[in-house]
Amino acid sequence: MVLSGWLIALLSAAYLAVLFAVARFGDARADAGKSIISANVYALSLAVYCTSWTFYGSVGRATSGGLSFLTIYLGPTLMLLFVGVIVKMIRISKAQRITSIADFIASRYGKSQLLAGMVTVIAVIGVVPYIALQLKAMAASVDVLLNHSGSKGEWLGLDSTFLIAVILALFSILFGTRHLDATERHEGMVAAVAFESVVKLIAFMAVGIFVTYGLFGGLGDLFQRAVTEADLGRLLELESGRAGTWTSLILLSGLAIVFLPRQFQIIVVENVDESHVKRAVWLFPLYLLLINIFVLPLALGGLLHFGGEGVNPDTFVLTLPLAHGAEALALLAFIGGLSAATGMVIVETIALSTMVCNDLVMPLLLRSAWLRAQHRQDLSGLLIGIRRVAIAMIVLLGYVYFRAAGEAYALVGIGLISFAAVAQFAPAMFGGMYWKQATRAGAVAGLSAGFLVWLYTLLLPSFAKSGWISSGFVEQGLFGLPWLKAQALFGLSGLDEISHCLWWSMLANLGAYIAVSLNSRPDAVEASQAERFVDVFRFDRHKAETRLWRGKASLDALVSLLERFLGTARARQQLAAYAQGKGLADWRKLPADAEFVHFAEAELAGAIGSASARVMVASVAQEEDLGLEEVLDILDEATQIRAYSRELEAKRQELEAATSELREANERLREVDRMKDDFISTVTHELRTPLTSIRALSEMLHEDPRIELASRTRFLGIIVSEAERLTRLINQILDMAKLESGRAEWTSGAVDLGEVARETMDSLGQLFRDKGVALSSDIPARGPVVQADHDRLTQVLINLLSNAVKFVPGGSGKVHVRVGIDGGSVRVEVADNGPGLTAEECGVIFEKFRQGGNTLTDKPKGTGLGLPISRQIIEYFGGKLWVESRPGEGANFIFTVPLPASEE
Amino acid sequence: MKRASPTRQRLAALGLLGAPLLTYPLLSLPAGSLWGIPASYLYLFGVWAGLIFLAAWVAERRGT
Repeated sequence: MVLSGWLIALLSAAYLAVLFAVARFGDARADAGKSIISANVYALSLAVYCTSWTFYGSVGRATSGGLSFLTIYLGPTLMLLFVGVIVKMIRISKAQRITSIADFIASRYGKSQLLAGMVTVIAVIGVVPYIALQLKAMAASVDVLLNHSGSKGEWLGLDSTFLIAVILALFSILFGTRHLDATERHEGMVAAVAFESVVKLIAFMAVGIFVTYGLFGGLGDLFQRAVTEADLGRLLELESGRAGTWTSLILLSGLAIVFLPRQFQIIVVENVDESHVKRAVWLFPLYLLLINIFVLPLALGGLLHFGGEGVNPDTFVLTLPLAHGAEALALLAFIGGLSAATGMVIVETIALSTMVCNDLVMPLLLRSAWLRAQHRQDLSGLLIGIRRVAIAMIVLLGYVYFRAAGEAYALVGIGLISFAAVAQFAPAMFGGMYWKQATRAGAVAGLSAGFLVWLYTLLLPSFAKSGWISSGFVEQGLFGLPWLKAQALFGLSGLDEISHCLWWSMLANLGAYIAVSLNSRPDAVEASQAERFVDVFRFDRHKAETRLWRGKASLDALVSLLERFLGTARARQQLAAYAQGKGLADWRKLPADAEFVHFAEAELAGAIGSASARVMVASVAQEEDLGLEEVLDILDEATQIRAYSRELEAKRQELEAATSELREANERLREVDRMKDDFISTVTHELRTPLTSIRALSEMLHEDPRIELASRTRFLGIIVSEAERLTRLINQILDMAKLESGRAEWTSGAVDLGEVARETMDSLGQLFRDKGVALSSDIPARGPVVQADHDRLTQVLINLLSNAVKFVPGGSGKVHVRVGIDGGSVRVEVADNGPGLTAEECGVIFEKFRQGGNTLTDKPKGTGLGLPISRQIIEYFGGKLWVESRPGEGANFIFTVPLPASEE
Repeated sequence: MKRASPTRQRLAALGLLGAPLLTYPLLSLPAGSLWGIPASYLYLFGVWAGLIFLAAWVAERRGT
């Protein structure tokens, strides 16, 4: 295959035509309301970050710096993980109709034309050389292909680079300036950029695979052959001596991924849906990883293959396939490089042209007498014209820079020099989003300081190295002062030039920004913008907006302003949409209130930037100056309302908690009430049973005097025992009532607990024998002595023992009493082999009126007062009474009574 | 009051984790080679791929 100039030109033209078709398709779909911008397309369009500097230059960098080229891609990976920051930027930009990074910064600091202009100038100075770099890469790649076939790169006396520049400019104009309103997104352009990203990835990976697996035996083989050569082995090491450079490059590229004008355009302005960021957060880094896998293998392969032939490493991507006759692959690589360069130039020039038009040209035009003379004219055509000229001028500037610099140093390092320039926006941007106190004066001071340091330590020295200016200030220092040496400021040496510049410029930038901000007062507009930016997620727009503007405006004046800058058709369309949102059929009936003024200003901001929009609205509406104090009051009020609502919320929660406590207390009361009812029915039942039998027997004796003596004696015996039971029950109820009310009488004396236990067992012995229950004990001969009431302790033991005998089975029952000392108290246990208790029962049997066993089916075996009374008694003496039991394993009732404190 | 989304916080935490893993002094650790491929190359791409995988997992999970 012969790589003639015609073939290359035809192929390029065909590729650009495809690109154009993709863009038209994207635009057509957007116009039809069926956007093709999905999360994946958004993520891929971010890869406009990978320019021809990546495509060709990474390999070149890897041949000298080894793996350090990766920092340029690791920084963005880390930065994108801070999704919250990106989403906040997008949210602010949508709310404020922001169209460029200059507009963002200017809008935050009181819609300042000065700041907008400064940011634009810095961006243009920083980025134009970067565009030149793209042209150079294109020119170099065309040269490589033509040299290979021996053709010449001239056409009608014009060099190919100039042709490329013209085509790129035309392309950008066609893509970027179809609509005026820059907030109306360029979906066609985004689609084309995403398409290009896929093309360059495929092209680069194809070359990488061809070299790694075609020319060499795979990654392992390639690396092993490199290690054997001393020069190449060094490239595979990560030297800790480069730690500083490594970190600053990661930081720098992390900032560049957001602040390069084209990146801001794609990430923020062209974003269709915030949720797309979540996809980009991993898909874009994955893209970067894939496109970088073969960079080092390509670099090593090129160095191994060409040895000392002096082939430019920047062209390995083309020369390696060409050297092996893979011309089709070389053409694919060329198309990939073309993709990388065109994508970058298109997006960058569109972003820059918006900034130049809105923030440099418009402010001048708005002041000019000519514009005032054309008072009634439609200016939307003029605006588009300015943007088109700006695009052409920027590309032309890039071409001029490329011609002037040629092969000079200035182009090689320009990518990083551009990064360092846009990194100067970081303090003003981040500060503006998170720090309300930051002021316009602070931002102006910080940006100027950072920019000047960047100029002095990085851009001018690069000019000096190209021989354009004297290098005296680099080598000897300005005015011969050694501490002013441009790349060893104040004697700081040992850093590479990028780190050196980054360190000093950030110090100056941040220092000036913070110091001046802290010592200046914002004006009213700044204060309200600060609130809108920092609190974008909380700001109640509709309430505050209407109060933050007061004055007189006429509907006609504002409408004619909109028509002038947006064009009549578009202005009316927007007005109709706004009126519809307000529920009005005719926009002519809209009131010219604060909200309408705000709407008009936002629409204008979309077309000419926030700073110019503010000036224009102010020119037709009599705005009353609210003054800083009043604005702060309004904002404070909004904040206070938020604080009140938070307080209200807290109060509501407290109330809820109190309510639920009350509910619980009520539950407990009900439970007690229910237990009392149960008790009364139990007690009534218990009282009625003996009463009934006493009454029945008494009646029999009364009515039939002829009853035999034996029966009479038996009846009387029953009557006596039933009467005793009644008495006992009543005594216990009275006892409980006394204990509860604290009116019980206590005596206190030395009590031998062992003795008490023995006495009780003796007195109840008959009961056990009657039922055939074995009663055993383990009691010391001279029992422990405590200070207590003898009769009361006896009462407790009787209660425990009679309970035990009640529940154990007759005949096989066993009850064991143990008295011992446990720590500082006497421990008495009454263990049985009865049915045992569940864990729940272990707790409730000590409650009043609770009975052991099933009260529903079994006859009650006690009064339900014995255990509660016993517990009250034991607790009175400072001890504890509890039960240890499991169902089926018997129960062990234990109480302790503290021993008297030792006298010694 | 609006709380920061848990997904964003998890991703930011990944970013904070990635920073020390991808800078010195940890970078000076990998030495030698594995299957003929230098450890430094494997380490950088491995950590990078790991971060991307975790980010994808966090970002694409449903119901958070």
